[in-house]
Amino acid sequence: MMTNAHDYAVAAPEIFLAAASMAMLMIGVFRGNGATRLLCWLAVAVFAVALMLVLQAPAEKAVTFAGAFVTDAFTSFVKVMVLIASAAALVMSLGYIRNEGMERFEYPVLIVLAALGMLMMVSANDLIALYMGIELQSLSLYVIAAFKRDSVRSTEAGLKYFVLGALSSGMLLYGCSLIYGFTGATGFDAILAAQQGQDHASIGLLIGIVFMCSGLAFKVSAVPFHMWTPDVYEGAPTPVTAFFAIAPKIAALALFMRALIVPFFGIAGDWQQILVVISVASMLLGAFAAIGQSNIKRLMAYSSIGHVGYALIGLAAGSAEGVRGVLIYLTIYLAMNAGTFACILCMRRKTGMVEGIDDLAGLAKSNPLMAAALAVFMFSMAGIPPLGGFFGKFYVFVAAINAELYALAVIGVLASVVGSFYYLRIVKVMYFDDEAEPFERPIGMEMRAIIGLTCVFVTFFAFYTAPFVAGAQSAAAALVP
Amino acid sequence: MILQGLTFYVFAAIAVGAGVMVVSARNPVHSVLFLILAFFTSAGLFVLIGVEFLAMVLVVVYVGAVAVLFLFVVMMLDINFVELREGFLQYMPIGALLGIILLVELLLVLGTASVEPEAMPIGTEPIPALSERHNTAALGDVLYTKYIYLFQAAGMILLIAMVGAIVLTHRRRPNVRKQVIAKQLARRRDEAVELKKVQPGQGV
Repeated sequence: MMTNAHDYAVAAPEIFLAAASMAMLMIGVFRGNGATRLLCWLAVAVFAVALMLVLQAPAEKAVTFAGAFVTDAFTSFVKVMVLIASAAALVMSLGYIRNEGMERFEYPVLIVLAALGMLMMVSANDLIALYMGIELQSLSLYVIAAFKRDSVRSTEAGLKYFVLGALSSGMLLYGCSLIYGFTGATGFDAILAAQQGQDHASIGLLIGIVFMCSGLAFKVSAVPFHMWTPDVYEGAPTPVTAFFAIAPKIAALALFMRALIVPFFGIAGDWQQILVVISVASMLLGAFAAIGQSNIKRLMAYSSIGHVGYALIGLAAGSAEGVRGVLIYLTIYLAMNAGTFACILCMRRKTGMVEGIDDLAGLAKSNPLMAAALAVFMFSMAGIPPLGGFFGKFYVFVAAINAELYALAVIGVLASVVGSFYYLRIVKVMYFDDEAEPFERPIGMEMRAIIGLTCVFVTFFAFYTAPFVAGAQSAAAALVP
Repeated sequence: MILQGLTFYVFAAIAVGAGVMVVSARNPVHSVLFLILAFFTSAGLFVLIGVEFLAMVLVVVYVGAVAVLFLFVVMMLDINFVELREGFLQYMPIGALLGIILLVELLLVLGTASVEPEAMPIGTEPIPALSERHNTAALGDVLYTKYIYLFQAAGMILLIAMVGAIVLTHRRRPNVRKQVIAKQLARRRDEAVELKKVQPGQGV
């Protein structure tokens, strides 16, 4: 008989989230749907406690559960972002779920479970743990996408997401099985050890890596595996779209980085080219396909595809500098998207929610503060200095240039020029078009708080770049050997 | 040895035959029944190579749950399977072509590659000899110790599946009479029974 003493304290945030989700489920079952609001705030408190647990963890690398679970500065950095993003998405949904008849107690519980899956993805140090985390997260997301089950579009979004997600999981698993077959191990460290001294992958291993990359590209919605994104973003209830756009993207990108850099660092040349292609295609598609959109949620879907392309530049560089760039990019991406979606959630008239870009016409006159905030987010997404979005792009481009990926950096800059067209179009519609019917006011306190905070964060990012860069630097150093 | 070989060929032949019948049977109920036969014979094959746990799981999970579920779907839902198959011949050539291309590609790649012999022992769990410990027990040894994290994670996934199924399909219907045990127990005789004196020849 073997004895395994696991260090459970390492996984304290995950264990806490799991226990809390079940406790919340019990409260919901006994108190009924009337407890939804209470549970939403309870979930925010749960995220806050989990955040404390993440922050008080030591920064040194700690491995537990027989090598399947790892924490270090990198996981802490990403987990903080994921928890903040989940809490923000939940706070944003409060008004929406009340107005749209979505007030069912499972909603906050599923968000907590999805966040649990994301934390597990971020900490995965083993192919099986990776898959478990992804499935835990995806399964919750499929259900949340179809949460408004009486709406055809919401159910369609859920079904599409489910079918394509299942397909991508299949590809991921196939890739994992090939990697296991050709290295004899599922743990990331053991996989690295198995290819000691090789600078090229054997062809079977390479095919495994390609399949794994395809599966992960699906999860981050990078081209050519992006087809589901616009439909799901458009069909899902708006606060759910906001959640999709921020939290799972961050977790999946972090997983993407760990799953390539840790086990396959020695053969980086073999997978870098895959990422270069994915990254270029995502940036270009994000820039060009968004031009023709008239629905703002669809536009945000294409915009997020483009952003994933920029973030992947950092991964394609495959260096600590690149990882640092991705982390800074994701921090700013989180703030910009949370703010933008909070604005989109305020687009409500007496007849209900509206999603057209035209509906924003004349917002500068009817609600100048919101228009100004949205304009800041759009300028930032376009990457105009001195706003936060500029710094995000700057650090990934620098990493690409130092990794001698000049073409990638040039294409990135060009794509961001094309992309500014549709971001600036929104600003133009808000400031220069004839006034449309104004939106309902007042907007909720929590929305104002989110829009205000993210707006301040994005606007003045230049003043406190240093601590973020330092944090991202030490996080990246923990990941890249 | 001869007996083993004979058993293998009998089971294998039945499994392949049943598999062919699953896809070619006209009646979907027959297909499902052949599927169950295929599962059982495969379980027999597993027993033959000494992996009794897998054989057990195959029977319990696939025959017990999956096949019965199929049977339910086939019998309860009014799906016209003849209509579903209408496009089959039309799509078969291109489907077969794609399948063959993929197969050839994979054979070309995987056939030429060889598994590193020195990679084999890395990270593998020492498997006790069958005479020492049965593989059900050996799995139990690691499942609840070394792999407790993955085991619990799988449990969480199943919990979400359950919550999700309820969220997406359960509807609270009004006017459903439910049993309230407390109410039943609180009922006394004088509330439930009324004695009437019936006069002969008059009725109530």
